[in-house]
Amino acid sequence: MIRSITQKKSDEEINRLLEGLNRIFIIGCGTCATLTHTGGLPEVETMAMSLRDKGKLVTGQMVLPVACDNMTGEMLREWSSKMDQADALLIMACAFGVQTIARQSRKMVIPALDTLFIGKETAVGCFDEICTQCGTCILGETGGICPVTSCHKGLVNGPCGGTNNGKCEIDSNKDCAWTLIYNRLKELGRLDSMRKLQAPRNHQREPSPGKFMISPGAQ
Amino acid sequence: MASKFRKALESGKFVVTCEIAPPKGTNLKKMLHHVELLKDKVDAINITDHQSSVMRFPSLGGALLVKESGGEPILQMTCRDRNRLALQADLLFAYTRGVNNVLCLTGDSVIFGDHKEAKGVFDLDSSQLIMAIRKMEKGKDLGGNDLDGEMEFCVGAIVTPEANPLEPQLIKFEKKIEAGAEFIQTQAVYDLDNFKKFMEYASQFPVKVLAGIILLTSAPMARFMNKNVAGVSVPQNLIDEMASAPKEKAIDKGIEIAGRMVRRIYEEKMCHGVHIMAIGREELVPEIMAAAGLI
Repeated sequence: MIRSITQKKSDEEINRLLEGLNRIFIIGCGTCATLTHTGGLPEVETMAMSLRDKGKLVTGQMVLPVACDNMTGEMLREWSSKMDQADALLIMACAFGVQTIARQSRKMVIPALDTLFIGKETAVGCFDEICTQCGTCILGETGGICPVTSCHKGLVNGPCGGTNNGKCEIDSNKDCAWTLIYNRLKELGRLDSMRKLQAPRNHQREPSPGKFMISPGAQ
Repeated sequence: MASKFRKALESGKFVVTCEIAPPKGTNLKKMLHHVELLKDKVDAINITDHQSSVMRFPSLGGALLVKESGGEPILQMTCRDRNRLALQADLLFAYTRGVNNVLCLTGDSVIFGDHKEAKGVFDLDSSQLIMAIRKMEKGKDLGGNDLDGEMEFCVGAIVTPEANPLEPQLIKFEKKIEAGAEFIQTQAVYDLDNFKKFMEYASQFPVKVLAGIILLTSAPMARFMNKNVAGVSVPQNLIDEMASAPKEKAIDKGIEIAGRMVRRIYEEKMCHGVHIMAIGREELVPEIMAAAGLI
């Protein structure tokens, strides 16, 4: 399942964002942010305690089942009295959750987390970014491993000179995507695919911001 | 306007190039001094492009300075800082000013440099940049539009003969040649028997190869490279040899080793020449050449 991977902002940044705001309502998310231990029930409770320690009034706290779901609107309405008392909503969900809540509420929203990437849990407690939704999928030529995402430089014609014993030049904890692709294609007897000189990528397949309509013209 | 450097490569002579990094700032004195010292001794001078992602005076400015001083520049261009519009525009400008040798590189990640939060561009990769130049020479830009005026470059690329694993690197090497690279400057090589094996493979391709020689300045520097520079491997016997010299004589030992390596490459005709990188000690390049018996 795809997951939105988040990390808590520093206390300094959260303090700065909450400056002058004394009554806070905290919202966590029961899905990805719970899995990454950044916005589940325990983290929301810890945040509430920490805000009280700083002299803030926590008007309420809740963990939405799926913050980015459209049902979030219903949940927010149920809690509206406590939210109305708050100066701001402190959101411990990914940016999809923050924006979904912002659209359903008249309150100022403050994210407590940074959204790092959309990833996948590849081992217990380990999340990897494997697709950046570039719009021009080349997995068919790279053995099912995405170099646009998994190579730090997004190179499509093979490794750079920084590849080091199968690891990336920027971090020995990160695999060199092109070593993985090479090994996979070799195993499949398809190194010819790696030998193909790839033309410059189309970075405007779906010009940002992305928008897609099943029936063009319908809104 | 034919490239003097291409003529040197095609002449069959043993070609020597070196490299100079532009200054951090506008003080060009030291760079000019190095250019003056080296321009008549080597066949061409590479000007590095924000080496190690450290923001500096631009490589294009440095290459112009070499040209204006009567030397032969090789413009290094990485894909890290410019998208395809900016890269093509700089090539057009370079050609009009007589800078007509270019070395195409991917470029280090910005996180190694002194602007760690910058956006790395990588709109093109090194082989695509080579493709772009060859396309422009035929009168079309990467968008397929007509270009007004001629353009011709002597185009090079790099390879890391000691990369591990090696084969993915060699596949990329072949793609660079397919894209149109006519010369290759290698990452530093120290184990020349290994390099000979690489050349047995590389010599089947229509490309001139200049072996990369990095001047060792001390035993700790050699150990540092082994630990931190991908694809560079200084054998233990060379580290021991560096360590055997008294501290104040270490640089002389480094010059001796580099000279000896260049000499062997030259005598055994391993490849078409050498690319000497005396990082920060460019004034020592003539001494290395003298130690090799080239001047």
